[in-house]
Amino acid sequence: MQTGKILGISGPTVSVDLKGLKLYERVFVGHGLLTGEVVRLERSHAVIQVYEETRGLGVGEPVKGLGMPLTVRLGPGLMGSMYDGLQRPLERMRKEMGPFIRVWKEMYGLDYIKRWNFKPAVRMGDELQYGMIVGEIQEGAFKHYIMCGAEKGMVAWIASGDISLDEPFGEFTGGLEIPGCHEWPVRMPRPYRKKFAPVTPLVTGQRIIDFLFPLARGGAAIIPGGFGTGKTIFEQSVAKFADVDIVVYVGCGERGNEMADLIAEFDELEDPWTKRRLRDRTILVVNTSNMPVAAREASIYTAVTMAEYYRDMGYNVLFLADSLSRWAEALREISTSLEEMPGEEGYPTYLASRLSSFIERAGVVETMSGRIGSLSMILSVSPPGGDFTEPVTQACLRTTGAFFMLDTSLAHRRHFPAINWFQSYSLYAKDLSEHYCREVAPEWEDLRRRCNQLLQQEESIREVAEIVGVEGLQDADRLVMRVAERIRNEFLGQNAYSDDAFSPPDKTLALIKSIIAYHDRAAEKLKQGIALDEAMKSDEVGRVGG
Amino acid sequence: MRLSEHTYRTISTIAGPLLFVEKVQAARIGEVVRVVMPDGRSTDAEVLEIDGETVLVEVYGTTQGVDIEKTTVTFTDAIKKVPLSPDIVGRIFNGSFVPKDGAPLFIPEKWMPLTGSPMNPAARARPADFIETGITAIDGLNTLVRGQKLPIFSCAGLPSKEVVAFILRNARLAQADRSFVVVFAALGLTFHEYSFYQRVLDEMRTGFVAFVNMADEPVMERLLAPRFALTVAEYLAFEKNMDVLVIITDMTNYCDALREISTAREELPGRRGYPGYMYSDLASLYERAGRIRDRVGSVTMLPVVTMPEDDITHPIPDLTGYITEGQIVLSRELHQKGVSPPIDVLPSLSRLMQKGIGEGRTRADHRNTANHLYKYYAKGRDLRRLEAIVGRDGMTKADLPMLDFADAFEQEIIGQGPARRTVQESLDAGLVLMKKFSLEVS
Repeated sequence: MQTGKILGISGPTVSVDLKGLKLYERVFVGHGLLTGEVVRLERSHAVIQVYEETRGLGVGEPVKGLGMPLTVRLGPGLMGSMYDGLQRPLERMRKEMGPFIRVWKEMYGLDYIKRWNFKPAVRMGDELQYGMIVGEIQEGAFKHYIMCGAEKGMVAWIASGDISLDEPFGEFTGGLEIPGCHEWPVRMPRPYRKKFAPVTPLVTGQRIIDFLFPLARGGAAIIPGGFGTGKTIFEQSVAKFADVDIVVYVGCGERGNEMADLIAEFDELEDPWTKRRLRDRTILVVNTSNMPVAAREASIYTAVTMAEYYRDMGYNVLFLADSLSRWAEALREISTSLEEMPGEEGYPTYLASRLSSFIERAGVVETMSGRIGSLSMILSVSPPGGDFTEPVTQACLRTTGAFFMLDTSLAHRRHFPAINWFQSYSLYAKDLSEHYCREVAPEWEDLRRRCNQLLQQEESIREVAEIVGVEGLQDADRLVMRVAERIRNEFLGQNAYSDDAFSPPDKTLALIKSIIAYHDRAAEKLKQGIALDEAMKSDEVGRVGG
Repeated sequence: MRLSEHTYRTISTIAGPLLFVEKVQAARIGEVVRVVMPDGRSTDAEVLEIDGETVLVEVYGTTQGVDIEKTTVTFTDAIKKVPLSPDIVGRIFNGSFVPKDGAPLFIPEKWMPLTGSPMNPAARARPADFIETGITAIDGLNTLVRGQKLPIFSCAGLPSKEVVAFILRNARLAQADRSFVVVFAALGLTFHEYSFYQRVLDEMRTGFVAFVNMADEPVMERLLAPRFALTVAEYLAFEKNMDVLVIITDMTNYCDALREISTAREELPGRRGYPGYMYSDLASLYERAGRIRDRVGSVTMLPVVTMPEDDITHPIPDLTGYITEGQIVLSRELHQKGVSPPIDVLPSLSRLMQKGIGEGRTRADHRNTANHLYKYYAKGRDLRRLEAIVGRDGMTKADLPMLDFADAFEQEIIGQGPARRTVQESLDAGLVLMKKFSLEVS
């Protein structure tokens, strides 16, 4: 390891006189061994982005290159844990240094002492290659498959039974160890054999999503909205109820109280699909807004690498980030301190390409071991002033397949989730409708069309009503208004704090079916000449949930 | 680590609050620097940036009187700390922590760093229990919860001062056995405002700690005062087990100070000239509110933001809204109607309300009553627009009581005047009004 000295410090960036560093190499900075990453190299000096608070750092303090980039440790014990943006276990930090994070220090993300029960899947003499499965460990409810890291060769011996990560899980001929965990550079997507188009739905339990703007397994969606429009509540509802095996949740530059709430709730609540504790299927990565800004930039990469790791075992993983705007702001802050040429709104010009290569890490893949795994993403965006023309929203729109637009006026009317049904879209809708028609009910697509139609009609009738008053409308139109109101209130609106927070596809279907049937019956009666009030009143039976 | 003081007389540039000092050995970021001017006056400063032997120093006070030839700069090898003691309660300080009430400084029991440290998210307890402000629009409809940060969005000319004074006088906890204290930070106050607040504080006598930075005092102090206030709040809450309500007025002055300093540093301006890191900077204040697992005290925050041009999408209220847990919005329209306090409950929101209300905290029917009040008022407000088009005669019979309810709600429930209401009284007033208009409460 080489050692150098700090030459200058400006915010989170430090320049050092260390020679022989590589770009994106991980570096220890100062007496406190703060973690940093090389972001620029010049003949005379290197510029390092420090992931921690630089207050108290002085010129002349030592700097050491580690010879490898920023990595995460991948192995059993991730599930149910809570990490900061550099994969340091927050719970253990709390135990060791109290409620405030006063000193930043190196801490491994995995527990090397904990004992596991290892069942090998290979035998002496087997050939191992990258990504192949060495064996399994029961990690809570999950079978955690130990995968072969970068090494390859013939198995000389393999362990079995009681073991800790500190011990070798086996050995290759030639003496190289087979470890139980490995490190992976966060900025490098984990490889797979093949990627497939996303065609199966990811059921979120949110009716407006599942019915109108469905999301596919392996797909990516953004959910932009001004403050108070319920981004976080929405993301958390999805995290609770989504039909996936594993959820990776990144609180990126958001509120600490929200995270405390989330943790407490996930401890109490159970997964509606498997009836196990939600916490046991969730990995949390938390970098609240007052934690160091550069670690916020790293946090989404740390999290997505862990998500990919479980995808590689053949699981369906959902990656939720709240919020990507805070990540982009961190990127901007770092870019500014590097004195790079700013692009739109001061964001660096590489914002869009960074975002798109990040979002492309989602997908359905055939893993290196031949399993099928998926990584889906729902990313919230916090556009300044609720203005969707800003660079982060726009850059995301080009790469993601679904857009759930949160509407401030709906939120003011306390309509939640405040997703606008005219502006939002899902590019997966067509493929997934076929799936729903096949698996849930053949009339799915038809009902969906009717539902959209009624909402559209309501909008145009409303314009007329603004001029002539509701009383001046025709009966058929008033009926549409009434039915659309029911669709909005009973179907699209969903209280995140009630039993209705989770709506499985059959309930979703039954509800919309009953509302549309109600419309059809009443419309029929109108045709027979029955007065509107009578026609509407005679049929309030069809209500479900409400 | 030098563990000693170094003094230099090597200033090369002075620009606004910034000094460049040359040939400095081993300076540290955030180190406190003492600047002594030729006439003997001295002021504190902080190391902002280091480039080799050139150090950029930011002066807390005024740089008037600093020269290049004679001024000395002493690097103290210490970071800025705040003196603390339980005796701080009842005292008034300026933005540099100098007593403003004539009494000498207390004897510190402890020193804590000014910037604080981020609370480990794993150590946070979720906000719980409510703080009674005595205002129906807040207690009844947008309840303030211990550990929450809930800003007041005001506009120029609206009585945010009176609302703050009301809360200063009337805020209390439901549990009588807990000790409650208000930490008040006033930034960029005019003398007129100061004399108003001084009367309020004089009446209160104790139960507060105040930091006052006047409009003609150094801009840097506007950045320091809220941090002093929050460090004091954290100390009282987490070391002395108190429940602390921090009121900061006005965050718009804080952000303008931040912009002024940022421009002096020649940083790239972001939206409306405010620095790109304003979100993180505001978060470093707002996020200090909270509760800690296994500890008794709490820090609750009530910052006041005056929205420039009444624009809620202006960067200051916008970024504030993204960090805080809701907002209380004052309305010009209600103010003109003579409603006091003029709180518009429709855009107002307390995200944590659910954690503070209900049986055992306020009352079992709290959520339901609030929802109904909200619903009928929102409906009434909607109908007003229709009324403007078709006239009162064109409205249906069912709509008329809703319209009248909205008016009465504004005058009687929101516009409670100077009297304090307990949360029970607030809820009862709402129930009575709904009954009067025979509106159903299911």
